[in-house]
Formats: sequence, structure tokens, C-alpha cells
Amino acid sequence: MQQGRPAPPPISPGPPPTPFEVLDRTLPPTSPWAIGARLISLIEKRGRSAVIFIPYVWLVLFFLVPFFIVLKLSFSEAVLAQPPYAPLLDLVDEAGNWYLSARFNLSNYITLLTDDLYVRAYLSSLKIAATATLLTLAVALPLAYAIARAPESWRLTLLMLIILPFWTSFLIRVYAWIGILKNEGLLNALLLGLGLISEPLIILNTNVAVYIGIVYSYLPFMVLPIYASFDRMDPSLIEAAIDLGCRPSTSFWKITVPIAFPGIVAGCMLVFIPAVGEFVIPDLLGGSQTLMIGRLLWVEFFSNRDWPLASAVAIVLLLILVLPIMYFQRSQARRAEREAPQ
Amino acid sequence: MKPGFSAMTVSALTLGFAFLYIPILLLMIFSFNESRLVTVWGGFSFKWYGELFRNRLLLESIWVTLKIALTSATLALVLGTLAAITLVRFVRFRGRTLFSGMIFAPLVMPEVITGLSLLLLFVAVDWDRGFSTVVVAHTTFTTAYVAVVVQSRLLTFDEMLEEAAMDLGATPLRTFFVITLPVIAPALVSGWLLAFTLSLDDLVIASFTTGPGATTLPMRIYSQVRLGITPEINAISTILIAVVALGVITASLIQKRQFARRGGHG
Amino acid sequence: MMDAKPADVRGPQEPWRDPSAVPLIEIRDVVKTFGNFVAVDDVWLDIYPREFFALLGPSGCGKTTLLRMLAGFETPTSGSIRIDGVDMSAVPPYRRPVNMMFQSYALFPHMTVEQNISFGLKQEGMGRSEIADRVAAMLGLVELTDFARRKPHQLSGGQKQRVALARALVKRPKVLLLDEPLGALDRRLREQTQFELVNIQESLGITFIIVTHDQDEAMTVSTRIAIMDRGRTVQVGTPGEIYEYPNSLYVSQFIGEVNIFESRVVEAGKDHVTVFSPEADTTIFADRGLDAVPGQEVYAAIRPEKMSIAKTPPEDAGHNCISGTVFDIGYLGSISVYHVRLANGTKVKVTTANRHRFVERPITWDDPVWVWWPPAASVILLA
Repeated sequence: MQQGRPAPPPISPGPPPTPFEVLDRTLPPTSPWAIGARLISLIEKRGRSAVIFIPYVWLVLFFLVPFFIVLKLSFSEAVLAQPPYAPLLDLVDEAGNWYLSARFNLSNYITLLTDDLYVRAYLSSLKIAATATLLTLAVALPLAYAIARAPESWRLTLLMLIILPFWTSFLIRVYAWIGILKNEGLLNALLLGLGLISEPLIILNTNVAVYIGIVYSYLPFMVLPIYASFDRMDPSLIEAAIDLGCRPSTSFWKITVPIAFPGIVAGCMLVFIPAVGEFVIPDLLGGSQTLMIGRLLWVEFFSNRDWPLASAVAIVLLLILVLPIMYFQRSQARRAEREAPQ
Repeated sequence: MKPGFSAMTVSALTLGFAFLYIPILLLMIFSFNESRLVTVWGGFSFKWYGELFRNRLLLESIWVTLKIALTSATLALVLGTLAAITLVRFVRFRGRTLFSGMIFAPLVMPEVITGLSLLLLFVAVDWDRGFSTVVVAHTTFTTAYVAVVVQSRLLTFDEMLEEAAMDLGATPLRTFFVITLPVIAPALVSGWLLAFTLSLDDLVIASFTTGPGATTLPMRIYSQVRLGITPEINAISTILIAVVALGVITASLIQKRQFARRGGHG
Repeated sequence: MMDAKPADVRGPQEPWRDPSAVPLIEIRDVVKTFGNFVAVDDVWLDIYPREFFALLGPSGCGKTTLLRMLAGFETPTSGSIRIDGVDMSAVPPYRRPVNMMFQSYALFPHMTVEQNISFGLKQEGMGRSEIADRVAAMLGLVELTDFARRKPHQLSGGQKQRVALARALVKRPKVLLLDEPLGALDRRLREQTQFELVNIQESLGITFIIVTHDQDEAMTVSTRIAIMDRGRTVQVGTPGEIYEYPNSLYVSQFIGEVNIFESRVVEAGKDHVTVFSPEADTTIFADRGLDAVPGQEVYAAIRPEKMSIAKTPPEDAGHNCISGTVFDIGYLGSISVYHVRLANGTKVKVTTANRHRFVERPITWDDPVWVWWPPAASVILLA
């Protein structure tokens, strides 16, 4: 039996109830309709809080909390069990005496700091990501400039062509390079055929292949923000520079690039940060000597099943990236503020 | 400086687009290669497409991937839109810094970290891994992208439109559905498509958070690719690229036509 | 502030009347087309040293394109431009002895005020100390010394405008080009800045060419104005000439208010014209000659402020006199505008200066009135 609802409150003079409020009062309280109507009337009354609340809770639950779990786990010990780690806090029953045992364990971090492999992996990840970011910038800068300077009717099409590969699978795009870069692949076949080289270049399974993979996969992320800065720029700024005696080529470095600098930094961040933790590209294109931290984490987790150590690897990676990530967020927030109508 | 092509910009564009497209084109061409070898053209054939359609595991994973992408993109659309509204409209509230941090961070967060942390959450609360966990994981990381796309549209939205609607007697909620949503609809569509594609595309996060019965297409492709070049993968890639290219080109043609109809002599 | 300078400091007052004067800028048969659109159509202009020359016209009349051709950002489709005797066709914009002040100011956002101003001098490879001296002098001239280290976004509109001016002037160009320089300022600031511009121009002795669509601005600042319409210059003259003796219906209507009456020539002489206007229902007499034959269709143009209005007819009510009824009065403070409807329905506008406190209205709504004007006020324009 459903309990009768309390009588609706006497209608007081004031704003008439919205249709959702009326629904809320007339439907049985447990029907999905009633819950929906109540939710909607709640949003109407406390719209602001509801709008903030829903994504906030989701992000806290599935973005923030997991980080604390990773943090916690990084101080745990690996054991052969399911799940494969010892609890950090435990209620222990020892001869009838219950006590709380806390095993705070720094051994994972000590391993990371002392084992040469991890230190080298972090350094080499940063180096590879930085090199690849600069290479991407070198490819993206002229491309973005050329698109921004193209006739207006062409620009949308050119931009679409930049974005189009991004919509196709990342994995497939990386895979495509295997066939090209292999020792008996297409690039070597072409170069040998042209007589430019006498024996195949070894590119696949080297860092060069990783650079190519990163430049190729992340190019749109670099081109788009730089293009946006070029496009936003008042064209009379270049004219003013030329009018004041600057050659067009000099004006590119003195005016265009400095003004587009925020876009360039944003592009570099969008490439550098994910590239540091990249897994697929070093795994498929890199060789055994290509040491990257994302791949190492994967191996620790899936092959060695050392979850606590993998967590510690992740935490240290985050610590390394926290500065660039915060810088990126700040610049994003600033951009949003700048673009907001006054 | 008036826009136009110069020798320098044309060569930059040619080289850039050659770099972007030649690998994809080669991949597609060799899906029709009779031979298994990459460098040897054994004649034109649909052999690998035939193989593909006999690969039950691969076909099943396509279906799983589509379901995951549809669900998570839709969830991310709702969450991301709400988040964007929060960011643009509610300038001051407690925890705003944390909020905007949580919105923008997934854009650059290494996938391995996102995947690992979500998996550990699911283990900690004893959530059976499978379809639902992948959906949650994908929703979480694609929400950020939707939020950014919708946010940039909302920033240029004239709030006076809403004020006018409310002045004419519409409640705030009604105003949202009748005025705000239709105006920002294109951004919602592109946000959804972006989330959908990212979900379709994801290997790392899905590998961490998946469970039995929820093997996605990228995971299947990855496990085959690790073993070396298989023209079967070229075949499925060609189909995927063709579908995506068709979709994107159609969408942009529609957009262009609408633009031309609306623009013109404004 | 505005102390009048002796005439000899400014050089010959009206060099364009002096056949021996050498123009600084010679624009010869210049045409500029964009596809099928003719932006500048066969313009021929001489601009003399120390002139403050205005290109005036509605948007799309080609005035900005002409200015951009002087700066070198556009190349003439045909014709030639010489500056100080040098043909400019092969000179790129960064080598021309002209500088431009942009409509948007185009201040470099990543540089301070000081860096913006010194940018042009650095391009010349000038020595550090000389740059510092010149920049300091320029900052003083535009009264921005205290703002030298600010970035453009920290400045007000008026300050930005002055930085743009200083940046263009610091290179001591032979010609300064100003593209709607005051368009972004509010009215009060604009009027004040117009006088400052004139002062700076006179003290530096640089030739200024200004593009504007604001007739008041052109009248205030310039020595001569070229009125442009659809790519052509329709009249070139001093502000007074253009206002008092417009050479076409277009110019008379573009500059100031005017009453236009369709008329027919009755008699045309060397020093006078008589026309009859059925629209005004009167004979109009003008004391300037016109090359026309009797019966030819012409327009009579009379400025509202040159008309008199009263409730009683003037003593010699022959020609140049009409009567009607007041149907509207606009009180604008300094002047009043009377709208008079004639018996045949034609509407006429008359303005009077309110020299005395507005205590009682001598003329009010529905009053029958007479309106008349002296022969010198009638301008007869060929149709």
C-alpha cells in the first residue's frame, strides 16, 4: 500500500505553480514521472545549484576520488592476491585484540628513485616529448600561417582537412606508419628504388619513428590553436609594421609570432603533456630501447601486476606534469575570461 | 596584407597535407592488395574484406564499441553542457577553481593515468568491470571536450536573448529549452560527435577499465597490430575512414550551405 | 593655446592657387579595380607640402583605397603616384616616406607604448640613444610620458589614439596618412582631438592626408577637401568653397543642410542667373554667373541658415521670397529649425540662431510666414 501524500499546501497568493510543480503534486511520489517532475521543478527553483551540482558530483566521483585512490595505493605493498595489493588501513584481530593497522609504505617511491630504469624512463619521456613538440611546432607553424593567409573561401576547407584525420582512429593512423617505416616498408622501397640509399634505413622501432608518430598524431592540436591566434589577429598590425619600415618576412617574427604566442604555448601544451605519458606510439613504433613512462606503467600494471608500483609511477608522472597542466588550465581560463562579453 | 596564396604558403600547404594524407592513402590502397606483404602489389582484390566479415570477434567488438560510444557521448553531452553553463554563467561559487580544474585537466591528462585511476576506483568499490565501467570512464574523459566546445559557443551567446524571453514571460527553464538550446545546438552536435569519436577511438582507457564481454574494436585492432601488419586491419581501417570522411564532409557541406544561406549580404 | 601663427611660418597660405608651387604628392589618372568593382576611378590630385588634406565621402566611395595606395598596401591598376618627385610604383610600403595611422590604431599588443613608438626607428637601424631621445620627445608631444611603460590594453581610447599618432610621426615622414583617426572616440574627445591634430600638424610642418566620412571633422581640420563619390573626386576645394559653392547636387547635399528647388533658367548672364522654380513658386536670383541657356533644367540650392523668416513680408518682396505656414519647430539650443510648408505643399527648412534667451516665441506653429534670402545665398546647380 502506498502511503497517502500529505495534502498539498494551501495555495498562497504568489507566483502560480509551474506545470512541473502541478505534476509534482498530483502524481504518486514514486513514479518515474513524479521523480522527473520533482527534479525539474527543483531545477526551476534552485536551477543554479542543480546545474552546478550534477557535473560537479560526477567529476568529483570519477575524476578526483580516483586520484586519491591512486595516491593511497602508491603507498601500499604489492601482494599476490585479488586485488593485488595490501590494504593501507586494516582492522586486525590479534588474539581477540582489535586494532587498526596502518601500513604506510614508501618502498614504491624508493624503487622509483633508486632504480635507474625509472629515472631514465622519466627523463627520456620528457626528452622525447619535448623534441617531438618542437618538431610538431616546426611543421604546424608554417601550415597554420598558410591557412590563415589563404583566401577566405578556402580557409574552412583547409581547416576541415586538418581536422579530418583527427576524426579517424588514432590507432589506425599510428598503424599506417608501420607499413611505411618498416625495414622492408614503403619508404625504404622508394628510397632504394630511387637509388638514394644503398641499404634500408632502420627507422621503425627507433626514437625517430616515435617522433614521426607524435608529430603526425598531434599535428591538429598544434595547428588549430595557432591558426586561431593568427586568425584573430588584426591584419592592420602587419600593415602597421610594414608601414613603419619592417620587411614582411621580419614582421612575421617580430609581430605575428609574438602576438600568436599564447596560441603557440597552448598548442605546445596540448602536444607535450599527453606525449609525455603516451603509450600507443612508443609501443607500436618505438623499439625496445625507447623508454617511455606510459609504456612502463602499462607493463608494471598489466604484465607485472604490480599495481602499487604502477600507482607510484602515475603519481610521480602527475607531479612532473602538474606545473605544465596548471599553466595550461590558467591560460584556458584566461582565454575564456578574455573572450567573455563584458 | 590581403589574403592570397604565395609560393611559400602553397608549398607549406602541399607538404603539410601530403604528410597528413599520404600514410592514410597508402593504408587504404594496401587494403586492396592481394598479397599479404606491404611492399609487394599482388593485384587488386577484396580478399581482406571477405576475411574481415568472417572475423566474428572483430564484428562483435564493433557493435560493443558503438554501444559504448553512443551511451557515453550522450551522457557526456548532458554533463558537459551543464559544466559549460556553470563555467560561463556562474562566475562565482565555492569550489569554482577546483571545478574548472577538473573540467580542463582531462584534456591533457595522460590516458594511462586516467585509465589506471578509474580502474582502481572500480576495484575499490567492487564494481564489476564491463560495459558500464567503460561507459563511465569514457563519459568522464569526454565530458571535458564537450564542455570546452559548448563553453566557447556560450561565450559568444547574447544573454539579452534570454532576458528578452524572460521579459516576455518565459520561465528560466522554458527559456533554456526554447531559446538557449536551439541557439547553441550546433555546438552541442559537434560536442556530441567529438565525444562519440573519442570514445570510438580510445584504446588505453578502455583497456584499463574493461571487463569480460566488453572488448572494444581498438582493443581488437591493437592485439592484431602488435603481431604485425595484417591487411585485414587495413580493410577495417579503410571502412572506418570512409565512414568518417563521408560523415565529416557531409556535415561540413550542410554547414557551408546553411552558412551561405544565412550569410550572403548580411 | 590656439594662438594664431603668422602667415609666413606656415608658408604660402594657398599653394594650390600658385602655379609655381610644386606639389608633394601627384596622383595621376589613378584607377583601382577589384574584379569588376571599380574602387578608385581615374583620380587626379595634387597635394602640396604642409597641407592638411581631407578625403571625404560615404563608405565605399574609394577614399580608403586611395589612402592605401599612397601607403603602398594597394597597387594602382593604372595611373601613377609620385611622392616628392619619386614614382612610387616600385617602392614597397616599408620603404616609402609616408606613415599611416590606422583606423583600429593597430598598436602592437605585446609591446609597451615606448616599444610601439620606437619600433619604426629600430627598423631604420638608428642608434640607441637617438631613438631614446626621439621617443622621449614624441611622448612629450602627445603628453604620454607617464605612460611609456604601459601596454596598449592599459590605455584609454584617447591615449591609444595618441600612441598611434606618435608612432607614425616619430619617423618624421614626408606625409602622414590618417585613416578615420578619430572614429573610435566619443564626440567631445573627438572635437578636442581635432584641434590637437591641427596644432601638431602646424608645428611639425608635415603634410597630413586624412580619410573621413565625418563632414564636420573634414571642415574643422583640413586646408582642402576632396569629396569622393563612387571612386571619383567630385569636387576639390577649401572647406569654404565646398560649403558655399558646391559644384553639384551631390556635394551640396553631402555637406550640410540644403533646400533644393527644381527650376528652369529664365535668363543667364556672366555675373548673374535668374531661374523660376515652380516648386518654390518664385523667381530665384543668384549673383554668380552660369553657363546655361534659358529653359534649361537646373537646381536652386539655398542653405537654411542663410534664409530669413518673419511673420511680415520683407520690403522688397520680389524674387527670392516665398511664403507658407510653419508646421514644425525644432529647438536645438543654439539654433532653431523652422519647417515651413508652402501653399503648393513644398517643404522648406529655415534655421535661425538663438542669439537671445528663448523667452517668447515670435513665430509658432501654424503661423503664416515669409521666407527670403539674399542673391548671394542662391546657388544654381546644373542638373
